[in-house]
This record gives sequence, C-alpha cells and structure tokens, in this order.
Amino acid sequence: MQTHAIDIQALKRDQPQPSGPAGPAETSLRMEQLNLFYNNSQALYDINLEIPRQRVTAFIGPSGCGKSSLLRCINRMNDLVDGCRVDGRLLLENEDVYDRRVDVAALRRRVGMVFQKPNPFPKSIYENVAYGLRIQGINKKRVLDEVVEKSLRAAALWEEVKDRLHESALGMSGGQQQRLVIARTIAVEPEVLLLDEPASALDPISTLKIEELIYELKSRYTIVIVTHNMQQAARVSDMTAFMYMGKLIEYDDTDTLFTNPEQKQTEDYITGRYG
Amino acid sequence: MLQQDSYKQHISAQFNAELESVKNHLLEMGGLVEQQIGKAVDSLLNRDSGLAEEVIAGDEQVNDFEIRIDEECFRILARRQPAASDLRLVLAISKVTTDLERIGDEASKIARQAVKASEEAASSSATFTEIRHISNHVGEMLRHALDAFARLDVDMAVETVIADRSVDSEYATAMRSLVTFMMEDPRTISPVLGQMWTLRSLERVGDHACNIAENVIYLVRGLDVRHVEPDELINQVEEK
Repeated sequence: MQTHAIDIQALKRDQPQPSGPAGPAETSLRMEQLNLFYNNSQALYDINLEIPRQRVTAFIGPSGCGKSSLLRCINRMNDLVDGCRVDGRLLLENEDVYDRRVDVAALRRRVGMVFQKPNPFPKSIYENVAYGLRIQGINKKRVLDEVVEKSLRAAALWEEVKDRLHESALGMSGGQQQRLVIARTIAVEPEVLLLDEPASALDPISTLKIEELIYELKSRYTIVIVTHNMQQAARVSDMTAFMYMGKLIEYDDTDTLFTNPEQKQTEDYITGRYG
Repeated sequence: MLQQDSYKQHISAQFNAELESVKNHLLEMGGLVEQQIGKAVDSLLNRDSGLAEEVIAGDEQVNDFEIRIDEECFRILARRQPAASDLRLVLAISKVTTDLERIGDEASKIARQAVKASEEAASSSATFTEIRHISNHVGEMLRHALDAFARLDVDMAVETVIADRSVDSEYATAMRSLVTFMMEDPRTISPVLGQMWTLRSLERVGDHACNIAENVIYLVRGLDVRHVEPDELINQVEEK
C-alpha cells in the first residue's frame, strides 16, 4: 500500500503546473470566523478559509449563497453597501484587511477585480490599460508604452490589438473587452485577482480564451473566481469552495471535490440533483 | 457516499433515464455472462457439445452488449459532463463492461474445451473434481460482485475481493494435483491439459469478478482499492 500512496503523489507532482513555485502553496488570504451582515440580515456565517498563493480558487454555489459577497469582502467592495457590517478577520499576507489603518485605495491596488460584464472605460485601448498608472501620477510615455504592451501581452490581447491601440475600447468584442479589463487590472501589478463571473456574458470560444488566460496568470497572481459554471470551476481551479446559504459547506482540492465530495449537499449540487 | 436511489434525483429527468438505462444494460449483460459461464461449465461436466456450441454462439450477444454500453457511456460523458458519483458510475460501468466481456470470452474458451472433451475418449473417465469445485466458488464470486453492483453493497464487494484469494490458492492446489496425474499416467496428458486450460479460465473469471467488486467500492466510496492487500483494504473501507 505504501508504494501505491507514493505513486499517487508522484503523479500529482508530475502534472503540468505553471502554477508558480513548486511544492505546497503558501497561504495568501486567510478568513477567520468571517461574518457579513447587510443591515439585520446575515449573508455569511463563520467562514474559515485559506486561499493559497499563486493558485486558482473557485467559489461555487447556487444564486444567493454568498459567494460574490465573500469575494467582495476581500477588497472591501462591500464597504460601498449601506448597512453592511463585517466581523471576524480577513488576512491578506497576514495583515487584516479590515484593520482601521488600512488604506482602502491601496488595498484595491493590491487586490484587483474583474466583473461579469466587461466595463472598459470609453477611452482608447491604450488609455484603458494606462489608466491605473496615470492615476498614480505616472505619465512618462516610455514607461506607459512598456506597461501597456506587457499587460496586453499578459492578457493574450496584444496580437489582436497592437495596430489599433488608439481606437476606442468600446469597438472591441465582448471577449476582447473582458481581456482588456483584465489587462487594465494587472497593469498596476496586484497580488490578488478577483474574478466575479468573468466569462458568463461571453461566447464559448471567448470563455475558453479567458480560462486559458487564467491558467497563464496564476503563475504570478493569486486568483479567486466566482462562477456559476461548474465545468468552468472544474477546468480552471486548483481549489474549490462550495457555499450554500451563506455557509462554507466544503472546501477541497478541485479534483477531490468534483470526483468524490465529502458532503451530500456538495454532491447534490455538482451533480444537479434536488437539494 | 453513493446511495441506492440517488440517480433518480437529477433535475434533468432525461439524465436520470440515461443513467438508469446504462446501469440496467450492464446488469442485463452481467446476467447473460453469468449464464454463459454456468452453461459452459455444465457443458464440460456433462460432455454436452450442443450446449457448448450454444455458449460459443452466445458470445456475440455479450460483445454486442459491450459495444452498446460503451456507446452509452461515451454519450453521457460527452453530453452531460457527469461529476462526482455520476462520473464514478459511468467510469465504473465502462470498466465493469470490459471485465464482463472478458468473462464472456473465458466462457467461450471453456465451451471449446467442452467440445474437445466430448470428442476425446480418454476424458470420459475424468471426474473434473477440481473444476466442479472451483467453478462453484467462482460462480458465487461473480454473482456476489454483480449483486454488490446492483445494490451498491460495499460489504459484499469487500467479501468478493477477499474470496479471490482463496480461489487463487485453490487454483494452485488443483494445478499441483493435475500435474501429479500427468506424471503418474502420461496417457492423461492431453485431457488433463484441457482441464488445466479450463481451470485457468475459471481463475481468470475470479480475477474479473474481483475487479468488478473493486469497481463497486470505487463507485460507492470513491476509494481506489486496486492492488491493495486484503487487510489494508478492510482498513481503508472502514476508515472512510
């Protein structure tokens, strides 16, 4: 039996993994007893979760289960909602995101976010990507040119747009717009990328391009993705968290969760059964 | 853990029907293969070449089942992208089908030996004691493996896997005694070789039944117990 177990480990190690450093991933984000309230109603209950660095972690679950709320806690997007209150701790690289001294703008530079609907600014492709740097006061053309090219290449968009950088971003296809938004987000070199249903408004081919991009990007960023598409979670993520009614039901490596989940609720959800 | 009626609970009724159908086809195939082995052994013991021919002809039906069930599995994989226990069910069915088809082949081999034996005068005196004994044991293993599959019964599957050990040792003992016969009387070499082939086939059937039982454990518990020693197997199943 011993050799059997060792072989399995060897197989896991040998899998193609452009997922950053070899060996076990370190924790990037840690949630401890996290609770979230919107006025008097509770949206998240005692979430304890460790999200590994330079891996893709997916949150899945039915609508209203709290997966987007949880994602929004990470860069404090929930602060914008009236009556929203968080207790418990959420640590990014061991610093509490909800500490009084945290500069929220700085936090959001470290934790970039991409939404369901592509939201390019009504500017040129170039200016969209350069935007984050410009608001940081960086205006040197040489620096901007370099960052724009690097970010567009990283977002697998450079070849498609290099000849029309100064045309409006609104003339791009939905899939291109979403990759542009990802380029804009990574231009400021965040540590964490939050993707909230990044491909649900896109056609299957654009979806695959985004998924391929996620795979490429995880060598540099910690990625957290919320998705309704379970096959997508199965395809892109290393770890998967299943949530239901504001609670974290099961969190495991994606292979295990999709082949042999521990909880019946998880099983019923991913196989499409009545709860 | 997979429960008995759980594939009837999908939101998609069509998916329920597809899984139900492929599982039923597998059980039908299992029933047919069990019959083939039973008939093949009977035809040998009773020197009934007619029955043996029937078994040889029946193998085509077993092969058709294999192809049809595999097609159903491919279709479900391609169109439904099953996950978790559904995925394990489809994979287990696809593997069990292969084992059943091989058991069908062994039945044909035994039937061919039966045709040969019925033509050989020398074998008329043979009592086939070893074959009778091992075929009972192996037949029971196969029945238990299929029942375990139908009922998702892990305990029965574990018993079946463990039973394979005693079949293996009975096989070794039988081989030794047949070698002794041949040494005592060289005229028996040809018919005894035939018996050895049959024993070999039956031992293989036991191995396939064991594989089926291992697939039942995988299906129900998600536990891969291939190449695991019996003690360790019991530990793993109890732990989970």
